[in-house]
Amino acid sequence: MRIILCSVFMFFLFPLNIWADGINVGLQLEPPNLDPTSGAAAAIDEVVYGNIFEGLVRIDQNGEVIPGLALFWELSSDGKSYIFHLAEGVRFHDGTDFTADDVRFSFDRARAANSTNAKKYIFAPIANIDIFDDYTIMITLDRAHPDFLFNIGLGDAVIVASESAATNAINPIGTGPFRFKRWVRGDRIELIKNNTYWGAQARLDWATFKIITDPLSAYTAMMAGDIDTFPNYPAPENLFLFDRDPAFEVVVGLTAGETILATNNKKTPFDNILVRKAIAHAINRKELIDGAMFGNAQAIGTHFAPNHPDYVDLTALYPYDLNKARGYLREAGFPNGFKASLKLPPPIYARRTGELVANQLSRVGIHLEIENMEWAQWIDQVLRNRNYDLTVVSHVEPMDINIYANPNYYFGYDNADFQKIISDIDKNGNAAGRAALYKEAQRKIAEDAVNGFLFQLGKYGVWKRGVKGMWRNYPIRSNDLRDVYIEDNG
Amino acid sequence: MKLPLNFIIGAILTTIFLCMALLSLVWTPYDVTALEIADKFQAPNIDHWFGTDHFGRDVFSMIMIGARNAVMVSLVAVGIGMLFGVPLGLYAAAARMNGGNLIDEILMRGNDLIFAFPSLLMAIMITAVFGPGAINAIIAIGIFNIPVFARMTRGGALGLWSREYIMAARVCGKGSMRISFEHILPNIANILIVQATIQFSIAIIAEASLSYVGLGTQPPDPSLGRMLNEAQTMIFFAPWLAFVPGGAIVTMVLGLNLMGDGLRDILDPKLRQRKAREMEASNAAS
Amino acid sequence: MGHYILKRLLSLVLTLLVATVVIFVMIEVVPGDPAAYMMGLSGSTEATEALRSELGLNMGAWDRYISWITGMIKGDFGTSYTYRVPVSDLITDRTLVSVPLTIYALILSTIIAIPVGVISASRRGGFLDTLLMGAAQVGVAIPNFWFAILMVLFFSTSLRWFSAGGFPGWDAGFLECLKALTLPAISLALPQAAILARVMRSSVLEVMNEDYIRTARAKGLSKGQALMRHGLRNALIPVLTILGLQFSFLLAGGIIIESIFSLPGLGRLVFQSIAQRDLIVVKSIVTLLVLAVVVITFVVDLLYAAVDPRLREGKRM
Repeated sequence: MRIILCSVFMFFLFPLNIWADGINVGLQLEPPNLDPTSGAAAAIDEVVYGNIFEGLVRIDQNGEVIPGLALFWELSSDGKSYIFHLAEGVRFHDGTDFTADDVRFSFDRARAANSTNAKKYIFAPIANIDIFDDYTIMITLDRAHPDFLFNIGLGDAVIVASESAATNAINPIGTGPFRFKRWVRGDRIELIKNNTYWGAQARLDWATFKIITDPLSAYTAMMAGDIDTFPNYPAPENLFLFDRDPAFEVVVGLTAGETILATNNKKTPFDNILVRKAIAHAINRKELIDGAMFGNAQAIGTHFAPNHPDYVDLTALYPYDLNKARGYLREAGFPNGFKASLKLPPPIYARRTGELVANQLSRVGIHLEIENMEWAQWIDQVLRNRNYDLTVVSHVEPMDINIYANPNYYFGYDNADFQKIISDIDKNGNAAGRAALYKEAQRKIAEDAVNGFLFQLGKYGVWKRGVKGMWRNYPIRSNDLRDVYIEDNG
Repeated sequence: MKLPLNFIIGAILTTIFLCMALLSLVWTPYDVTALEIADKFQAPNIDHWFGTDHFGRDVFSMIMIGARNAVMVSLVAVGIGMLFGVPLGLYAAAARMNGGNLIDEILMRGNDLIFAFPSLLMAIMITAVFGPGAINAIIAIGIFNIPVFARMTRGGALGLWSREYIMAARVCGKGSMRISFEHILPNIANILIVQATIQFSIAIIAEASLSYVGLGTQPPDPSLGRMLNEAQTMIFFAPWLAFVPGGAIVTMVLGLNLMGDGLRDILDPKLRQRKAREMEASNAAS
Repeated sequence: MGHYILKRLLSLVLTLLVATVVIFVMIEVVPGDPAAYMMGLSGSTEATEALRSELGLNMGAWDRYISWITGMIKGDFGTSYTYRVPVSDLITDRTLVSVPLTIYALILSTIIAIPVGVISASRRGGFLDTLLMGAAQVGVAIPNFWFAILMVLFFSTSLRWFSAGGFPGWDAGFLECLKALTLPAISLALPQAAILARVMRSSVLEVMNEDYIRTARAKGLSKGQALMRHGLRNALIPVLTILGLQFSFLLAGGIIIESIFSLPGLGRLVFQSIAQRDLIVVKSIVTLLVLAVVVITFVVDLLYAAVDPRLREGKRM
């Protein structure tokens, strides 16, 4: 009996050896399914993008478009037609060949009437798809869309095969450097190296995404070595603990997530620019970043990623100044402030930031009643029915300033000047011209104080020292593991 | 009369918390709605007895208000349980005694039905429908208190209906509802009060669980459960944030339970063993 | 007896039927659209609508109720909106975590509670009794999720004996799984053990007053011997009733514990499904949990009726 007890005890004491040529990746949210072309959950891309599925082009960790299944392409002088030259000898994981037919199938499927692609608009400009031969395909747009190339690099536009498209949600078949092995729902998703990958082989033999929903478990799992890397660690308040531990490396990068105090511009009193300016002056970004993000975020003054070359720093446009805020409120006819509601979605950044924002605005007499809600309720009330005053949310889509041009979007911002800027950008093929227009767009929404622009959400990478090749930034939600390896520390 | 020790300890603990809760209505050491980021994560010290949290709020003040919120939610929830449960139980017993077996059967099956639903899950569903908040937490906890009191009242009442003095009252032509309220209710008040104490302590844990998953009292109002949830990721460098609210819940519940036990001994020593077991059974099912 | 069973069975079926209606109505009134949830912040109305019809959300309420009930009777619970796999597969996988966890917790709580209850009863009023029952009072008062956090802090972070969460799956080996379930089971077991120990104690005390124990003692058996030979079995009956209740309570009540330990159990599945409005999963699981409680109660009632014929007359505690 004693011996059994002892051995049971020993068993508990020593974890199994971890096989060194693979990696355990921590993931906070489990993807609902593994088909990136249906549904919008970022967690799907975090597992499959670049690993299992690939598009014609790829987006790298700096947000640049690089060749994917299309090795190179030509753009016609009118900016309307792309001729893609596809890689040869590519096979899907089930052994079927990849040809131009698969490209056409994927794009036709995404733009079909019954398509459930969350970003169907990407494919809307496509007028024609012509196959020249198995490895050459021409896509003609209705007019020049300079964003098209970037957009088809997104997870929603990956190439799938007609044989497996229907079952990708549960058994994803792509062309990527890893293939799907199995999914223990609620616990982990296992990928193994694709030995017949057409490009440079992955350096890892396997990769397992472990779902760790609880931030407390996330910390202990890292510390215990159950997880080798947490690409986006859920608790910024703990980062300093890893930072001071020589066994770990902390890499704080940026996501494409502009965190904003979204404002219902159609509703009184927020339809009054003076009120919005008052709010802008009452917000103390530094305090928000310190208090809610524990210093790990970058202030923004407009809706644009600060690491983008065209970014304009407008944080000084409405500096934190309570007297100015009170002045604007007086001018707007609210010398004693007013009451409003603040609806907050579940992520911890939103809850913490919201609580602080409510506290900051109360200093000028704007009293916010906080309503915490689930995503489903938030989407229903705020996003769809625009039944809200204020909310805090991060817009994680890359290059999404154009949402301000949609008067039916939940901001309710309907400004002809801004809409013209965006449509000019859409038509302008000239890089310098576009950059100037993007800057103008940023200034316009900042000056109109459409929303409170708070900070860019960080990407908090934590990994064991020796893990190399993880993405620093999240221009898109992807953990492309093809270049990841574990350095032998001897 | 000598009071049992458990009652004394329980009453002292409960009184302390009740006083703190009441005091928080008019005074707390610090204002918990004023967030001072510069003061964050102070370990317990002279100025802040239980330290400060990630927003620089005074944990002691938060505990006072959190205790108040817990007490209020639990009190009203148990009140709802008694308000509906006791008359239902009396009615079912009276019906049975007057030949209305079917009514009794339906009421008791209804009771079983509520019992059969997983309570925490149902509370989550209720808040998914109506949104989170103290009032919905009260409703969710209150609903599950109804069958507890209904069942206990019915059991007690059935035992009394065969007593002689009830018979006498019937002969005098008193209606069954009148008998229930005039003669039966006063005689089962003892066990109901004891049960209410126990349910109160269960409700406090339930409120803490609901707030822990974010469905109870909403910010900026502090709640003990949410404090625990928020403390989770900070426990490695600010352990007091988890120890203090947890300790507060445990002491509050412990106080109530000890008081309930003591009350049981005082009110009816004979009841002690038999009823103790039945109550444990209903605790286990809650 | 046959008549009694038939009557109880009928009321069981009726209860279940009413329960399904209640559950269905609740699910109907939950605001939020699963399709809109899946499409996120940038989904177009058109794609959302396509998804709605793909998921069968555009059918009338009555049709959906009927197809749900008839499907369930046939063992077909439908397909999860988000996971896109049969709900029955999901439930089976999760049950294989939750049921063992519950059993593990019950075994632990019984192992702790029965000796504590017996010792406490036999030393009634003594120092050991006061100490043990005081500890039990504290045990009842500890919220299990707080206890779980403390355990993670102590065993996973400081001592690093256990990993803090996750479940390797049963094909990884029995011991591996047992290890993964140990901390969660202890967290669930502690408050239950405290309740059980108190019940055990009062039950033993009651039995000790029974005539047959007195007779046994008069024959010269010591208190302990009398208890062991004659009393323990009788004292265990109320404990078993409570174990039955605790089983169904723990099965559904593990939500928070499963989240803290990242266990893929039923509770976490249903919690996550509510948040994602995967309502087809929610209603099936809630129905199954209700079924479990009703059936367990039914079986316990039958056992009691077998033991005590008077109960067949319909008098229940």
